[in-house]
Amino acid sequence: MDQTVEKKEVQFSEGAMAEIRRYISHYPEGRQKSAILPILHIAQAEFGGWVSPEVMDKVAEILNILPIEVYEVATFYTMFNLKPVGKHVLEVCRTGPCMLRGSDQLIEHLENRLGCRVGETSADGNFTLKTVECLASCGTGPMLQVREKFYENLDPASADQMLEELKASTVRKPWEENY
Amino acid sequence: MGRKLLTEHINVEGIQSFDVYRKHGGYASVEKALRTMTPEEVVEEVKASGLRGRGGAGFPTGMKWSFLAKPEGKPRYLVCNADESEPGTFKDRYLMEKLPHLLIEGMITSSYALGCRTSYIYIRGELLYVLRILEKAIAEAYANGFLGENILGSGYSLDLHVHPGGGAYICGEETALLESLEGKRGNPRNKPPFPAVWGIYGCPTVVNNVESIATVPWIVTNTGAEYAKFGVGRSAGTKLISAGGNINKPGVYEIELGVPVEEFIYSDEYCGGIWKGRDMKAVIAGGSSVPILPKELILKTAAGEDRLMTYESLSDGGFATGTMLGSGGFFVMDDHTCIVRHTWTLARFYHHESCGQCSPCREGTGWMEKVLHRIEYGHGHMHDIDLLVSVAKQIEGNTICPLGDAAAWPVAAAVRHFREEFEWHVKHPQAATAPGAVFNKAESVLA
Repeated sequence: MDQTVEKKEVQFSEGAMAEIRRYISHYPEGRQKSAILPILHIAQAEFGGWVSPEVMDKVAEILNILPIEVYEVATFYTMFNLKPVGKHVLEVCRTGPCMLRGSDQLIEHLENRLGCRVGETSADGNFTLKTVECLASCGTGPMLQVREKFYENLDPASADQMLEELKASTVRKPWEENY
Repeated sequence: MGRKLLTEHINVEGIQSFDVYRKHGGYASVEKALRTMTPEEVVEEVKASGLRGRGGAGFPTGMKWSFLAKPEGKPRYLVCNADESEPGTFKDRYLMEKLPHLLIEGMITSSYALGCRTSYIYIRGELLYVLRILEKAIAEAYANGFLGENILGSGYSLDLHVHPGGGAYICGEETALLESLEGKRGNPRNKPPFPAVWGIYGCPTVVNNVESIATVPWIVTNTGAEYAKFGVGRSAGTKLISAGGNINKPGVYEIELGVPVEEFIYSDEYCGGIWKGRDMKAVIAGGSSVPILPKELILKTAAGEDRLMTYESLSDGGFATGTMLGSGGFFVMDDHTCIVRHTWTLARFYHHESCGQCSPCREGTGWMEKVLHRIEYGHGHMHDIDLLVSVAKQIEGNTICPLGDAAAWPVAAAVRHFREEFEWHVKHPQAATAPGAVFNKAESVLA
């Protein structure tokens, strides 16, 4: 294999770096590795909803740890997308309590609307459909999460309205103005 | 209407802000503890209250605190377990979202009692929006002199931070949580040493659930003896119950321990009865890990006594005829619910969430999921039903952490109480897999 493949340069914005520094300051000196999960969340918001190997390498560099220490964490926790995703990732809860309130029907409805199956991205690139396990929203199911927002008590009509609103929306990052 | 100790002011306009929270008596426990009590006296109050850990295990909080090692020259830590992920449970999210300052007040008072200078709230990563609410409230607490250096001129200093997880049920297990907080995979640790001796960064650490810590302010302000007057016997105080499933009024209810289960389900003050005018089939009373009980056993014990919402009454009869209060994740199934399908979703959950460290859990959870899937989809055999029980038995007690037990119990209990329904799936695969088909006891006798 060609070892000289050019690596894409990964650069966090100033806003993201300020957040990263703030999190690192929360842990004792020499324990900066503790900030790995907060930084991976920041990285995922910064780079289009997923973390690439290059981004993970950058996180390792910032924390002064080995890249493998980031890989093993990023692959363990289910919130980190390791492949490119659509503009919005719909994470639908499918666990028992939501199933009792109609998550099977919600998932079927979304598959029909988006023209893709769970795990896939719609043809227009707007939505990736995922199922996830319990989101601590059992009293308001069926429900799903898009980035930091919960959409609860969904039925076909409110789910369709949500899709329209998301399609027209601009994705903002937590450290940006008007977030 | 029962007395509300935690949620009395939860619907007050603006209670998320420091000023409004303070106006309603907020932070009184910090003033009282730091100005008039020694840390040991705070621990004694919590012990006297009889408060039991509200995360699910029900271990007495004051006793847990008294185990904390205090070696010279090592910092001690308090870590709040806000990794609420047990299916059916959503009370901590509700509490943190609506009353962020209550948790922060509890963290300050508890940290003072334990002698911690830095404390963390480990919140599940899916709740980043709640993390932002907490961070805003923490900033207000700093600005008003309740966090930081020399709090209220007492000489006591504390830093408090919120730490997000990354989506892993296992991190609700306290040693996995500590691994995760150190920036590692959430693999539970072998115990001993317990966190009270060797916790975060090798330092003595207490890990407590959100609701437990949020109860400390009331106990310290009003005394442990007053708290112990609520509830029944060893089930002291109030408990937040997350009510979900097929009921008319899902939501979080603060109940005084001892309310009859029947009243909780059917009274308009709480769940408001079963939705769509249907009948109740079963209940999971304490989060998905605890045994499911059919209608007759959740309302009455095997001895015919009214079942109460207490640790003792719910576990009356052991696993043969009882269950557990657990985390208070209470979800109700109506008579249109397919128990096989529901159990399959839970088995799939535990398989998904097993960290993979111990083979009985890693392999067994996947095995149970596969067997339940084939029964649900009409490819099951009669011997599969006993196979489920056998696999569950071989996971139980054979793993480092309780996730293995938590995965085994719901499957074993579903077969224990609903075996006929599993058999019906095997005998009548076509009927069982028809859309919307549900086992009906009366009809199955004819079939």
